[in-house]
Formats: sequence, C-alpha cells, structure tokens
Amino acid sequence: MARARTSIGRTIAAHAILITWTVIALFPVFVTVVNSFKSRRAIFADPLALPWPQHFDLVGYTTVLKQGDFFGYFQNSMIVTVASLFFVLLFGAMAAFALSEYRFKGNLLMGLYLALGIMIPIRLGTVAILQIMVAGGLVNTLTALILVYTAQGLPLAVFILSEFMKTVSDDLKNAGRIDGLSEYAIFFTLVLPLVRPAMATVAVFTMIPIWNDLWFPLILAPAEEVKTITLGSQVFIGQFVTNWNAVLAALSLAILPVLVLYLIFSRQLIRGITAGAVK
Amino acid sequence: MGALELKSVTKSFGSTDVIKGVDLEVAEGEFCVFVGPSGCGKSTLLRIIAGLEDATGGDILLDRKRVNDVAPAKRELAMVFQSYALYPHLTVRDNMGLALKQAGVAKADILRATDKAATMLSLEKLLDRRPAELSGGQRQRVAIGRAIVRTPKLFLFDEPLSNLDAALRVATRIEIARLHRELGATMIYVTHDQVEAMTLADKIVVLRDGRVEQVGSPMHLYNDPDNTFVAGFIGSPQMNFLKSGPLGLPGETTGIRPEHLQIKKDGSITGTVSHVEKLGGETLVYIRTHPHGLLTVRLFGEHDHSVDSDVTLEPDDKRAFYFDAAGRRLR
Ligand SMILES: Nc1ncnc2c1ncn2[C@@H]1O[C@H](COP(=O)(O)OP(=O)(O)O)[C@@H](O)[C@H]1O
Ligand SMILES: [Mg+2]
Repeated sequence: MARARTSIGRTIAAHAILITWTVIALFPVFVTVVNSFKSRRAIFADPLALPWPQHFDLVGYTTVLKQGDFFGYFQNSMIVTVASLFFVLLFGAMAAFALSEYRFKGNLLMGLYLALGIMIPIRLGTVAILQIMVAGGLVNTLTALILVYTAQGLPLAVFILSEFMKTVSDDLKNAGRIDGLSEYAIFFTLVLPLVRPAMATVAVFTMIPIWNDLWFPLILAPAEEVKTITLGSQVFIGQFVTNWNAVLAALSLAILPVLVLYLIFSRQLIRGITAGAVK
Repeated sequence: MGALELKSVTKSFGSTDVIKGVDLEVAEGEFCVFVGPSGCGKSTLLRIIAGLEDATGGDILLDRKRVNDVAPAKRELAMVFQSYALYPHLTVRDNMGLALKQAGVAKADILRATDKAATMLSLEKLLDRRPAELSGGQRQRVAIGRAIVRTPKLFLFDEPLSNLDAALRVATRIEIARLHRELGATMIYVTHDQVEAMTLADKIVVLRDGRVEQVGSPMHLYNDPDNTFVAGFIGSPQMNFLKSGPLGLPGETTGIRPEHLQIKKDGSITGTVSHVEKLGGETLVYIRTHPHGLLTVRLFGEHDHSVDSDVTLEPDDKRAFYFDAAGRRLR
C-alpha cells in the first residue's frame, strides 16, 4: 500500500477492530478447550480460570475415550467429510467448467437451476431423502451421508467455481486444443491449477458444515458403527444430567481435524478471497 | 501445402452476425494479413480457420479439402496468441514440445525439433525456465517457437505484438518476417495496426464489420483503394478527405494523402495552423479549414510553422482519389 495512504491513526483503528473481532471469535473455542482440562467442580466454580495447577483434570478425556468407539466415530466423520469434499470439488468443478466454457441451449437456465440449491435448504427434503435411502437400502451407511452432503455442497461450489473459471484465459484453453489436448486434459492440467484458490475457498465452506452436522447423521445413520463424532458426542448430553467434562473434551478433540484441513487450505484460501481485490 | 480457401463463411453469436460472408483465397507460402478496426471480427475469423469456433455457414478448405468438421489439432496448423498463452506449469522446452508429444512423436525427435526452434529464436538459454520467469518479449518468442516446432501447414497469428513495447514490436516484427522467408510456410496474421500489415504482408485483407472491404498487396491498397474506408485505414498519417463541391472536383469526397497536400501562397484552401508535430525526418502540420475540417500536411525535413498563423493549401490533383456519396471510389 502506498505510504501516502496509511496513517498511524488508521492503522491503530484497523488493528483494534481486527483484534477485537479475533478475541470475540476465539473466545468460545478458548473456553471450551480450557474447561475440557478441568474437573467438573472447577468448571462451574470458575469457568474462565486456567486449568493448572490445582484444577487440572483429564477426566473428560478419559470418559470420552472409554465411552463408545470414539476413534471409530472420528474415522466415520473423517471418511464422510473427505469423501463428500472430494466429490463436491470434482463434480462442482466439472459442472462449472461446462457451464462457463461451452455454449449450449439452456446454459443459463441450467446455471440458475444449479444455483437455486444455495437458497433452498436441503433439510426441507429430509423426508423424501429418508424414503429414498430406505428404498435404496442405504440407511445406516456412510454412503447415504456422503451422497446427501455431496448434493448439499454442489450448488455453492458450482456457483463460485463457474465465476472463477470464466476468468481463465480463453487463449490458453485454445492453445491446448490446437496442441491436441483433450477437453479432460485441458480441464485437469490447465484450468484446475489456475482456480486452485477458488477450490480451497469452496473446500473450507463445504467442509465445516459437513463436519458439524448433526441432523443427517441422526436421521440417516444413527447406528453405532456409522456414528459421526458430532452424533457420538451427544451421548454425554442427557435430558437431566450432562457430562460437561466429556462434552467439552469431545468438542475439543473434534476441532483438531478441521483445524488441520483448514491449515492445508488456508494459504490458498487467503489468495482466493483476495484474488481480484489486490493486484 | 498450406493453401487456404474460405467460401462465403458466416458466423453468428446468437442473433448478432459477426462474420457476414467472407470469400478469400490464400495461396501456398503467402503471408496474408487481416487488418481492420477492433471488433470487426478478425479474431473470430481466425478462430474459425483454426477450428476453435464452428462457422455458422460456408466452407473452409485447407489444401482443397473441406475441414469444417476437422478438430483443431488435426488441421495441422499452429497459432500464436496476443496473450502468449504459454502453459504455466511447463518449462519452455515442454511448452514447445507438447504438441509433438500429444501427436505421439518419439522423445529424441521432439528434443531435436525443440532445439532447432530454440536456436532459430535464440531461446537456448531459456529452455529450462517456466513462463513466469520470462519477460514479455521472451514469452512471445517461446510462443512463436511452440508454433514452429510443429512444422504446421499454416501459421495463425492473433495480434502477437500488441502486448510488447514499441522497440520489441519492431524487432519481433522483423523476426516474424525472417521466419516467413526461412520457413516458406503460409501465414495468416491478424492485426489492427496498419503499419504491421503494410510491412509484413504479401496480401492484405481489409475487414470492416464482418465483411471484406478489399484484398490486395500493400502497395495496391495504398495506391488504388476501392473506398473511403480502405483509403483512410491504409497509410499513416491518415488520408485527408475534402469536400469535392467547393473545390470544383468530381464526386462527393476527394481523398488526398498528407504528403500530396502542399502549403503554398494563393492555394485554393485557406486555413489556420492548429498544431505542429516535428519528428526530425518529417514535420506534420495540422490545419483547421472550412469546410473540410482538420487537414494534415506532411512535409519532409524540418519546417517552422507557428500555431494560429494563416496558410493556404493546394492539393496535388493528379494524386487525388475521388469517391461518391456512399464512399465508393470513382475511377
Ligand atoms: N463468444 C462470443 N460471443 C458473443 N460475441 C462475440 C464472441 N466473440 C466475439 N464476439 C463479438 O464478435 C465481434 C468481433 O469480435 P473479434 O473477432 O474478437 O474482433 P477483433 O478481433 O476484430 O477485435 C465483437 O463485436 C465481439 O463482441
Ligand atoms: Mg481480436
């Protein structure tokens, strides 16, 4: 940024706003993690106190690891999230390429139709989805969840990616065609690498709702061996007593994988969000 | 090898007609330049020849064979783009060799072909770099190299020099002319710059609004334009257009090139000097007149004319062109 356009006052104001926002955003995470390391009494006595030395207690974690097949839940969540993400990105990018690259009858209508899903929550169709899954014998399988989440993620993916793909140079694609690359090769080797930042953006926006979802696991896959971690953690929340140590520990553990995935995508994500804004 | 023929080719995007019936023959080994203002359909016509767009109507013949339904890669042509369009993930060598690799040519032969093209364009030192590590001029040379490697029947250039600075543009222009002489291949070159067209072409095709206005050698178009559009487009500075009536000359409009208009005493046109451009070798004097508007006079060498002084002009009648009300040439 040009020196002439920065002033100390503005810099301080900007940082103050950003820091405040960060504190507000991180506060719940902080409280969750801190309290997961405390005894039940300490949680209620002084929720904001740091765990050590006198309140430190791993009872939450030991309960979680003893109760049920926690690693199994973890694995289920991971499989569902990664598989859904893969299909959303693959099919979303392919549809976006077709919509932005080829002129055909109904191109615009098709784009609008696909984008409609952004505005209509997929949960409205829960009953029908359940009927389909029952008919297809997919109840209590991870496949059911992957199918639903792929459908849920596609509209936004198609919408964002097709906007980005319009910015990829026509000349580059045409050069590939003249050199004898197939449309698939052009898509995978020329176009996809150039829209990587957009793919990362879509990945993050798609991943988090899937990981956190409670609705579809509860309805489509409540069986023990296909439970996701969000659903698995619910056993600690009772109608009358809630095992807060265990809930907080389970939530803290559940943050980790998303954090890792986020870190993988974040560099690309920042580029995606700022693309066009800077430069 | 490499003769091209277009037979009443048309192209519409939806309801807008972009190419409105183009007939053209380009002989083997010819350097043909499509020139015209921006948006007149030059690139579209070139993409139709390349097979990147389907023609709405008409036939495209390469070596007397109809190729309307042949895929771009199978037409044995190469294209150089204004934006270079190098593959960002490949090195210079791989960029140049990709087409041969796709065609299943042996590795050793690809190596030989890329080396040869690199030598022709002095790219040897850059072969292992990626496009991001090259300057604009180098990128365009790589793009030209990529075209050469394929030894195509037909080279297509779409404004290849537009993104280069003035000095590089001249250097690359000379390089392209040299390549045409050395390779003897048929080339079609699109530009909106009439200087490039004049300096490179064996044959110029002047396009306007999706139609061919005139086809001919540079000197033919310069000396014998069919209409006011071609007369105005070819030649720099632009031809002056005077109203014939007040001068007692034939037709509606009289066209006279800036070098054929003289500033002298008791000339038939009176005006005042509005601006003077001194270029060293020549001096351009812009003169406001009534009723002809702003006229340009080109004088060789250095001349002093002060702005706002009154002058009179005399056209050289023998070098004038006469046009009717519709802009058509009267011969
Ligand atoms: N894909 C397209 N869809 C609709 N209109 C187009 C398309 N490509 C080009 N055009 C239109 O065709 C006309 C000619 O374009 P173009 O061939 O690129 O012109 P030039 O290269 O002579 O500047 C322009 O008016 C442009 O808007
Ligand atoms: Mg163009």
